[in-house]
Amino acid sequence: MPDQIPMVEYLVLGDEPHLEANECTACGARFFDRRNACASCSGREFTKVPIPTEGEVRAFTIVSPFIPGTDPYVPAVVDCGGTSVRANIVNTPPDPEHVTLGMKVKLTTFSIGADTTGTEAINYGFEPID
Amino acid sequence: MANDDIWILGINMTKFGKHPTLDSVDLAAEATLAALEDGGVTMKDMGVIAAGNLMGAAAGIGQQLQKQVGQTGIPVYNVANACATGATAIRTVIMAIKSGETDMGLAVGVEKLSGAGMLGAGFGAGKSDEWTRTGRYGAVTGLEGKLGTDMMPGVFAQVGMEYGHKYGGTSFELFARISEKNHKNSTLNPLAAIQKDMTVEQIMNEPMIAYPNTRAMCSANSDGAAAAVIVSGERLRTLSLEQQKRAVKISASVLTTDPWEEACQILPNVNTLTRNAATQAYEQAGVGPEDLDLVELHDCFATAELVHYDNLMLCPEGGAVDFFESGAPFRDGATPVNVSGGLESKGHPIAATGIANIWEIAHHLRGEAGDRQIEGAKVGLAHVIGLGSACGVHILEKSGL
Repeated sequence: MPDQIPMVEYLVLGDEPHLEANECTACGARFFDRRNACASCSGREFTKVPIPTEGEVRAFTIVSPFIPGTDPYVPAVVDCGGTSVRANIVNTPPDPEHVTLGMKVKLTTFSIGADTTGTEAINYGFEPID
Repeated sequence: MANDDIWILGINMTKFGKHPTLDSVDLAAEATLAALEDGGVTMKDMGVIAAGNLMGAAAGIGQQLQKQVGQTGIPVYNVANACATGATAIRTVIMAIKSGETDMGLAVGVEKLSGAGMLGAGFGAGKSDEWTRTGRYGAVTGLEGKLGTDMMPGVFAQVGMEYGHKYGGTSFELFARISEKNHKNSTLNPLAAIQKDMTVEQIMNEPMIAYPNTRAMCSANSDGAAAAVIVSGERLRTLSLEQQKRAVKISASVLTTDPWEEACQILPNVNTLTRNAATQAYEQAGVGPEDLDLVELHDCFATAELVHYDNLMLCPEGGAVDFFESGAPFRDGATPVNVSGGLESKGHPIAATGIANIWEIAHHLRGEAGDRQIEGAKVGLAHVIGLGSACGVHILEKSGL
């Protein structure tokens, strides 16, 4: 198996891939990016917390291809147990018959390709729970 | 008129659309000279300029403008605040007057956007030989299309879908009907970039940009400028009766940003800061949503118009769909919204938009709006929002003279 790296730092790979947020130890606000301080309370201490891997689609859109030869994609906001996550909905046709508000989804990971050293970058998305 | 009241003395917008032979300075100068003439004053009367040109924010549009219309040595504030840039320019002049530094100033916004395509995300750097982390998410590649979207059509599509998830009642067709209303309104506005009556079917059959927004449901990238001369009540009283009669009172001027809430860094929350701005504006002006004779709100996409009915409290919370279905936001309804045609047809030259919507309201309050005049209009509200985010709300009132 080739070496892998997560496409973004807050994606944790391994046997049970999941997302990890920076949680403010003072107020509990959660963030996925590198922090200088908390946007909610200006606190400066954070702890890493795992985010549930199942959730519900709270908003989505279907972006039409604007680069010829590429596919539509489905950006969405997924509510994972009270923490909102940004991702694409994957592994289902990109149309409003197959992607619906309130749909239950789960995290999935997939390769977006390898660099010259053979290291694969791994992205995440959410797919429908049957 | 009280000494500390703030008034619009002169105001103008250029035709929005394609101006291939005019540059940004030409358009800004055209709007400025017309606004000065409208107010019966000259550059020598101005004590301050606030100017915006978002796409050329580093170039100093205010000073470039002065070099064409009058270098009088007064302070220039070049402002940039996304789609709220024009409102920010207006507000900057108001603050200068309220601070007592001057009693009259010019706000101007201009943009050249024809053919600019979709605004928002870049696609990140091209793939390097080895995955390398960059940015605040430590991403090894551009995120657009891989983890959601930062493109405006997709962002605002999700904003409308989120409202539908929360309150129900939305559909592709509902959003298309909002767009139909605005396109119909544009046929009465000779300054609109696109004056084309479109049926719901035509709108729904336009190319899909980001579901549920088709091309006709997206704001039209266009060229244009708008400018306003703003004056203190004390100075206005020294001017002619005719100038005083045509002056339009700025009863409220508010600028807000988005307070932190869960999810606001996942999908921009355009709701809370708009609601906060509206709440402050109604309080400042001493009027309520029921007093408004017309509203120009930021319909950068059809999906956005729906949520702002609610955010501006034109309807009870969660009642935006019912508000639309009641006919209230139509020209002949209780609270006409976007009688100019809105950004979807009037056009959206970004930095001009926040002044052009005030021009539209002022035009009606003065009784000068011609075929699209809302009869007897006395109070109106102008709203803009720029992602990032910044929200400007102005409430305007007809002169009592």
